[in-house]
Formats: sequence, structure tokens, C-alpha cells
Amino acid sequence: MLNEYVDGTVDPAVCEEFEKHMAGCNPCQIVVDNIRKTITLYKCGERYELPVSFRRKLHDTLRQRWKETH
Amino acid sequence: MQAIAEMTDEQLVGRAQAGDLEAFEALTTRHEQRVYSLALRMLRQQEDAEDVTQQTFLSALENLSGFRGEAGFSTWLLRIATHAALKVIRKRKGLDTVSLEASTEPQGEDGAIPHPDYIADWRESPEELAHRNDVRQLVEEALSQLDEKHRMVFLLRDVEGLSVKETAEALGLSEANTKVRLLRARLQLRERLTRTLGDPQTRITRSHNHS
Repeated sequence: MLNEYVDGTVDPAVCEEFEKHMAGCNPCQIVVDNIRKTITLYKCGERYELPVSFRRKLHDTLRQRWKETH
Repeated sequence: MQAIAEMTDEQLVGRAQAGDLEAFEALTTRHEQRVYSLALRMLRQQEDAEDVTQQTFLSALENLSGFRGEAGFSTWLLRIATHAALKVIRKRKGLDTVSLEASTEPQGEDGAIPHPDYIADWRESPEELAHRNDVRQLVEEALSQLDEKHRMVFLLRDVEGLSVKETAEALGLSEANTKVRLLRARLQLRERLTRTLGDPQTRITRSHNHS
């Protein structure tokens, strides 16, 4: 239920009780807010660059294989 | 003619399927960081991440004609990369024939979900925090401290944005098990990050117990 609540995909009809608790429970609201921010932080995070030599090798290998198979 | 860089994945896949190497290279360039980062975060070892990345794009090259676009191209790539990463993990464990579920889950996921301990508002927004070097280090460290089985679910679902169903399929797990692992991962990361990023002045210390 907490996952769905964090993701905003809870069916309100099913979880009236949960919603009611959430509305009156400050610690729970903060935990949910913390989790949402945690997810956003990871989503905003930068990706790793491929090491230059590996990237060159990767593209060479792919071109080679492409020529063998096409 | 439309520049290759402006084409959608779908257009590029169509061209690559028709035999255009340049289109396939453009797809590789567009998605290689995503695949490599996923592999590196799953495996935490550069050489293994490079192997998985290369296997992923070779497999995509060889199976491109079979790609029908039911899922997006990037989701398709991430699934291939995940399968390759799982193979590495099984090999590391010397359990070539055992499923990830069985090899990582001898005791099931029945244990109680840990209760949040350090509860406090964050001092800054995640958008601001994301670009700080110390925070980047913190988030990668917290991620690497998760159990593999929790980390993989979190990476696919929350970092890469796959659905729960797609995540479950990629890892060969049930959706129910995927959700439990996701919750554990989220709670554990929340706990670790909030201890550093939370504002102690807003910390809630009174006992807070409910089911």
C-alpha cells in the first residue's frame, strides 16, 4: 500500500482507512515525502560515462558484427 | 531529410531494421550510458559492466529484426542488460542453474518491514541536491549498500522508470515479490539519506507505532 501511495496510484475507494490515517499522521506524511524525494533524487542523478577506450571498442565491435551479419 | 539525431527511437529502429548501420549506431550512442550505468550499479564492477553493455548491444544487433516495439526500445535494451547482469551474478555465486529468486531468497521476504527510524524533513529539494558532488557520492554509496535483490528492483523501477510488471518480468520475479523488495529498498534508502539530508530540528522523536 505504501508503494502505491508514494506512486500516487492508490485506489481511493479501497484505502479510505489508510488515507484517513495518513491525513492525521504527521510522521507518516514525512516518511512518504522523504521516500518521494529519495526517488526523485535518484531519478535526477547523472549517469556514468563510458570509459573512452571501452566506448571505442564497443562501437568497433558493433560495426564489425553488423558487417558480418548484413 | 530529417537529421538522425532528431529521429525518435522508433524511426531509428525502423531504419536499422532496414539495414542502416548509421541508425543503429545512433541508437547505441543514445542509450549506451543508460545501459552502462544500470549495469555498473547492478554489478558494481567496471569490467563486468562493460561486458554486460557490449553483450546487450550485440544481442540487440542480432535480434533487432525480432523487435516488434511492444515495449519501448530502451525498455527492451534494459531487459536484455538485466538478463546479462543476472547471468554474471549467478556465475559469481557459482549457482549457474539456480534462479535468482532461489539463489538470493532462501528465507523468503516474510520478515517484518523495518519501521522508519530517523524521520525529518529534508533541508533541500532533491533537484538541488542531485547536482552536489557529496550528495552524488552519498546516493551511490547508499545504493551499493542495498542487498542485490533490493537494489536491482529499485534500479529498474525507480531509477529507470519501468513499471512494476516490467520490472518483475525482467527479473523473473512475481509482482508481489517485486513490490515487497521495492518497498524495502525505498525504506532503506530513505533511512540512509534522511540521516544525512534531514533537518535535525524537524526530527520527530516521539515513538510512533501503528500497524
